Amino acid sequence: MSSSVLLMIGTRKGLWLARRNGDGGGWQVTGPQLPMTEVYAVAVDTRSAPRLLAGTESPHFGPTLVTSDDLGHSWQEPDHAPIAFPADTGTALRRVWQIVPGPVSEPEVIYAGTQPSALFRSEDGGSNYELVRGLWDHPHRAEWFPGAGGQAVHTILPDPREPSRVLVGMSTGGVYRTVDGGSEWNPANSGIRAYFMPEDEYPEFGQCVHKMARNTSAPDRIYLQNHHGVYRSDDGADTWESIAEGLPADFGFPIGVDPTDPDTVYTFPLVADAHRFPPEGSCRIYRSRDAGRSWEGMGEGLPGEGFWSAVMRDALCLDDADPAGVYFGSRSGEVYASSDRGESWTLVAEHLPDVLSLRAAVV
Amino acid sequence: MRITLVIPRMLRSTADGAGRLRLSLEERATLRQLLDELAISHPALERRLRDETRTLRRYVNFYVDGTECRALDGAATTLSDGAEVMIVPSVAGG
Repeated sequence: MSSSVLLMIGTRKGLWLARRNGDGGGWQVTGPQLPMTEVYAVAVDTRSAPRLLAGTESPHFGPTLVTSDDLGHSWQEPDHAPIAFPADTGTALRRVWQIVPGPVSEPEVIYAGTQPSALFRSEDGGSNYELVRGLWDHPHRAEWFPGAGGQAVHTILPDPREPSRVLVGMSTGGVYRTVDGGSEWNPANSGIRAYFMPEDEYPEFGQCVHKMARNTSAPDRIYLQNHHGVYRSDDGADTWESIAEGLPADFGFPIGVDPTDPDTVYTFPLVADAHRFPPEGSCRIYRSRDAGRSWEGMGEGLPGEGFWSAVMRDALCLDDADPAGVYFGSRSGEVYASSDRGESWTLVAEHLPDVLSLRAAVV
Repeated sequence: MRITLVIPRMLRSTADGAGRLRLSLEERATLRQLLDELAISHPALERRLRDETRTLRRYVNFYVDGTECRALDGAATTLSDGAEVMIVPSVAGG
């Protein structure tokens, strides 16, 4: 049987699944599942038999995290809350913003990033999570403050070489790094600007990072879309340099890197913080094939004008095929896919609720 | 004393399909104590009604013998023998 690509589409009102078989046919889209829940986080864990994970939030009944071991035909969750803050924190989970399988060497580890800003870790494949105390108890926490989306850990990058090394990104707060498995965390924002700070625009922490991405074959190279600013680190987040030159704007939310080529990176620029629209109303993914030294707008198959939507931080992703498929979804409910590294795009789905999260994998 | 909890259709999957649960509580138990009991007997239902700090979820209403608990003493509302507590999700959203 030929393999197929499964695309999870998390929206403001539930989850859709799109599947394309390896015979070159079109996309088959099914849904909604988990209806009337906001699906901010999805993940496809392919380290063993595929498992789908989704972080959902019911406006009435609160957040939870569900899993599927049959590619979305059925969903399970434990009776108890899979993610909950311990009683001594006096805090309640507001939302799961990120679900990330751990490195291959830890096949049962799943990380979850939450609002309020915290990191949780599961060691049983995603049924039970424990708060990572080292980050929660960080002395900086009192000085982190919420961005427009809330104060959340929205990006988690486990190091594929060394499981004890993990990077997280939060809004606001910036980038933090542990090298000892989560006991101690240090800010890693050297070179990232926080233009909204009235005096020191390059503080130790307090940046509003929107998204980070890493290619697992070159784990010291990390790309970052900031709240104004696009950056690359070549030293594992010790230092960051701007790669925004050549983009039409340095504002935006998502950023994604090709898993087969650490020099190829994608982003979706918006004009500015105070003008969150694609430049000239043109739907364009910007791609660099030289690690951000130059950029080109990719628009074949995308709306060239009259597109006043946006792409949320987790609504751009790549799959694990070679070449890697590229996907993005809009706040206006369209999902596009490219199988030729962004050269051309096809519509996967339209008229969906706001697309909040996408993940795709060969299954 | 005996209390009846009336469960809306959308939450019945967390109560083995039941529309009503009959719970035994000590005399003069409060709504909070009812939910504490529920956390033991039906945790998947209880966590949809309260968060982990035991705060009532904002868009879930608890009618105690016909009066929403927030017009009484909230979670501290004392229940009487034979009381009926009806869970009613707010009609909200778009």
